[in-house]
Amino acid sequence: MDIKVNGVTHQVDVDQDMPLLWVLRDELAINGPKFGCGVAMCGACTVHINGAPVRSCSLPVGQVFGDITTIEGIGTPEAMHLVQQAWVDHQVAQCGYCQPGQIMSAVALLENNSAPDDLAIDAAMSGNICRCGTYPRIRAAIKSAAQSMQKQQGSES
Amino acid sequence: MSKSGKPSSITRRSFLLGSAAIAGGVVFGYYKYKQAPLNPLIKGAKDKAVLTPYIMLDQRGITIIVPRAEMGQGVHTSLAAMVAEELDVAWQDIKVEHGPASSAYFNGAVLEDGLPFESTDNSVMANTLRDFVHVPGKFIGMQITGGSSSTADAFDKMRLAGAAARDVLLCVAAKRTGDDKEKLSTSQGYVIRENGEKIAYVALAFDAQAFELPSKPVLKDKSQWQLLGKSLPRVDMVEKCTGTATFGLDVRLPNMRYATVKMNPHLGGKMLSFDATTAEKMPGVEKIIPIDGRGVAVIASNTWYALKAANAIEFDWGKADYPSDSAGMFSAVAACFTQQHLDSELKDKGDVASAISAISQAGDTVVEGQYRVPYLAHATMEPMNATALLSDNKLEIWAGNQIPTQVIKEAQAITGLAAENISLHTPYLGGGFGRRLEMDFVQYAILVAKALPGTPVKVTWSREEDTTHDAYRPLAMARFKGVVSDGVPKVFDLQLACPSVVESQMGRIGMNIPGPDVTIVQGAWDQPYNIENYRVRGYRVPALLPVSSWRSVGASQNGFFHESAMDELAVKAGVDPLAMRLKLISDEPSRQVLQAVAKMSNWGRTLPQGHGLGLAFTISFGVPSAQVIEVADTPSGIKIIKVYAAVDLGTALDPRNIQAQVMSGINFGLAAAIMGEITVKEGQIEQTNFHNYGSLRFNQAPEIEVNILENGDKIRGIGEPGTPPAAPALANAIFAAKGKRIRELPLHKKITFV
Repeated sequence: MDIKVNGVTHQVDVDQDMPLLWVLRDELAINGPKFGCGVAMCGACTVHINGAPVRSCSLPVGQVFGDITTIEGIGTPEAMHLVQQAWVDHQVAQCGYCQPGQIMSAVALLENNSAPDDLAIDAAMSGNICRCGTYPRIRAAIKSAAQSMQKQQGSES
Repeated sequence: MSKSGKPSSITRRSFLLGSAAIAGGVVFGYYKYKQAPLNPLIKGAKDKAVLTPYIMLDQRGITIIVPRAEMGQGVHTSLAAMVAEELDVAWQDIKVEHGPASSAYFNGAVLEDGLPFESTDNSVMANTLRDFVHVPGKFIGMQITGGSSSTADAFDKMRLAGAAARDVLLCVAAKRTGDDKEKLSTSQGYVIRENGEKIAYVALAFDAQAFELPSKPVLKDKSQWQLLGKSLPRVDMVEKCTGTATFGLDVRLPNMRYATVKMNPHLGGKMLSFDATTAEKMPGVEKIIPIDGRGVAVIASNTWYALKAANAIEFDWGKADYPSDSAGMFSAVAACFTQQHLDSELKDKGDVASAISAISQAGDTVVEGQYRVPYLAHATMEPMNATALLSDNKLEIWAGNQIPTQVIKEAQAITGLAAENISLHTPYLGGGFGRRLEMDFVQYAILVAKALPGTPVKVTWSREEDTTHDAYRPLAMARFKGVVSDGVPKVFDLQLACPSVVESQMGRIGMNIPGPDVTIVQGAWDQPYNIENYRVRGYRVPALLPVSSWRSVGASQNGFFHESAMDELAVKAGVDPLAMRLKLISDEPSRQVLQAVAKMSNWGRTLPQGHGLGLAFTISFGVPSAQVIEVADTPSGIKIIKVYAAVDLGTALDPRNIQAQVMSGINFGLAAAIMGEITVKEGQIEQTNFHNYGSLRFNQAPEIEVNILENGDKIRGIGEPGTPPAAPALANAIFAAKGKRIRELPLHKKITFV
């Protein structure tokens, strides 16, 4: 079967019911999405499918319905997405293991709502666990990123 | 030595601390202790210049070795900054690596906390023995990340390493240019001549290896610091925000296989038999092997195939030898408040027994209570995993671990190989909290590698395996009796019973530490209150489940017990809990953190209806740590409005990172206080994943304000001290808001949270 990840089409030969996470990680060596719980309870595996956040640990690859974007697809160390830049500006990460999933949830939120209030942030982010408890800085980074996005959109229009 | 720039062929093999931490008066093993450990970087460093065990230079630039696990606490940043400060290199130019396992990287400071001295005790005896434990620390050669000790342990060592290397680079430049060394200076990775000419360190480094290091390099005065004391961008931040950081789970090797383990859920019990007939035929499965007589490993072409097949195996498990349920375990704890199980009585001031009988007869108020807390799991975000490759009588291991030297010992025991044929890579740890001090996940990977020589295998645990096969924070009980007279506590008697973490943990690595286990009373016996009759006894409960260090160890439960009891006393005495503590505490840094949180929270203000403020203070790992929590009693439950925290670190190296660690410690403590609980039923752990082993989520995480003070006389670490006051501050706030005293964690069993 073919799947398209970060703009590249890959042919994979696995069980249809293998979760997307394990296709990305062990078949394609894409390490950004993390294994945390395997039951869509922690969000460490979050990727986008057609822009929507999805817990890849619980989605069988046979049911993938669109193009996949992982953390590697939204920015690189040399050219970070502005949400990633906000994360760096606020020095959010501690152990860092959950952060690819946190960032993917935040990017999806901001792409739908460029000025989220606290309740909207809570709703979008409460599926992602961080055992280091970096939540206060995640909230601050999302607010900064929203401002940068608004500025960017303002200058483009 | 360095002044003359005497060349030597052996110097870079070793690195002796300038003024070794040891004070006069200690004779045993002194000579041996003074010998420098071998520099592990020399091996295989052909194209690199190795200046000390912490500094390598090559054509790509300067690499600083930080031989402590980066598990989120920012150690790769704060320890590298110590070297960079003295070496005088630009922050953005350095690379940081964990480096190899080596006894040269022993941690001397970690043992200090196990001594029977209060951290506020600055007597000659206490300080001499604190220095003395660095000696066994070095003999054991244990390279360990834990006990909030990394900063204190490294503060002299790594600054001295940077200063010594800088001095040697100046010697080389002086020799090469003919300039007087005193007329040369350094800046940002260059030696600067009087005429302004710059010579890059890298161009000098290979020659520098032939020079002896100065024995007493001069350290900068704090007022000259450029990096230390500042909030630095973390060296791991960009990687961690772009998905490019390598954790243990991200290790990829050519021809690698993926495995998982399924071990007896009756912890420590044997596997009587297993039937893998179905599992063996499942897709991707290559091999199923027994592990250690207590479970199996499934090796497959993809982790998911291994996980799926492991669930299809039928097992006949032997039972464990502990009580089969939580009620039985708490009964075992309750039965240990006896002379026979008395482990320590480190605090015994005045005469508690006669004071209780005398004062209570006189009609004063006696306060009594029994408290308890459950087992807790570490629940690191990255489940346990390790990768190993055994080929041509060499073993290579990749494992996010907290004790590299112990990993080598375990590997030797399993494979019979000599230590020099074993190498260990320590990638980033997706959370540690004490869990990765354990060796189980490394042992299993080595056992699997042994069964597949020549093939690298990554062994990943399922979340269910991780939650049900932890070495847990022990369950514990406390019995408290206090007497207040005229608004002042006259008697404070706290009895604490729990299984011994040190016995369990050390037992698993084949060590027996005699004497009392200070962790049973840690965070309670060592508090700086001046109470007339003050006693803290520890009772050792015989081993039940395997237990281990869990962020702040004994202080994680004893902070709750001690500070809830203090609050009860204040309430009974009819006095303000802050005023009462300030009256009882003479230790100045401790007073200051209390005053700081009082000011931050505007303690004493008129609160909205249904709100309450709770205060708690715990000194742990030498750090006075005070918190005020404001809660609101809302129709949908208790809501945490805000947390105010103050800590004293003596010297604060990276304020932004310290703030992050305090916030992290608080959220970790709040998660446990509100909903953390591991229970046992029919001999097995009942909780399996994040749906029934709760963790604080985004919408539950409060705003946190942190104040960092520097009144203490020693530099301290901050990975753990944020945790202990969180639970009692919350419980005391709930009492203030609702008048409901909860003496048992997790709190959600007795009260609803929003």
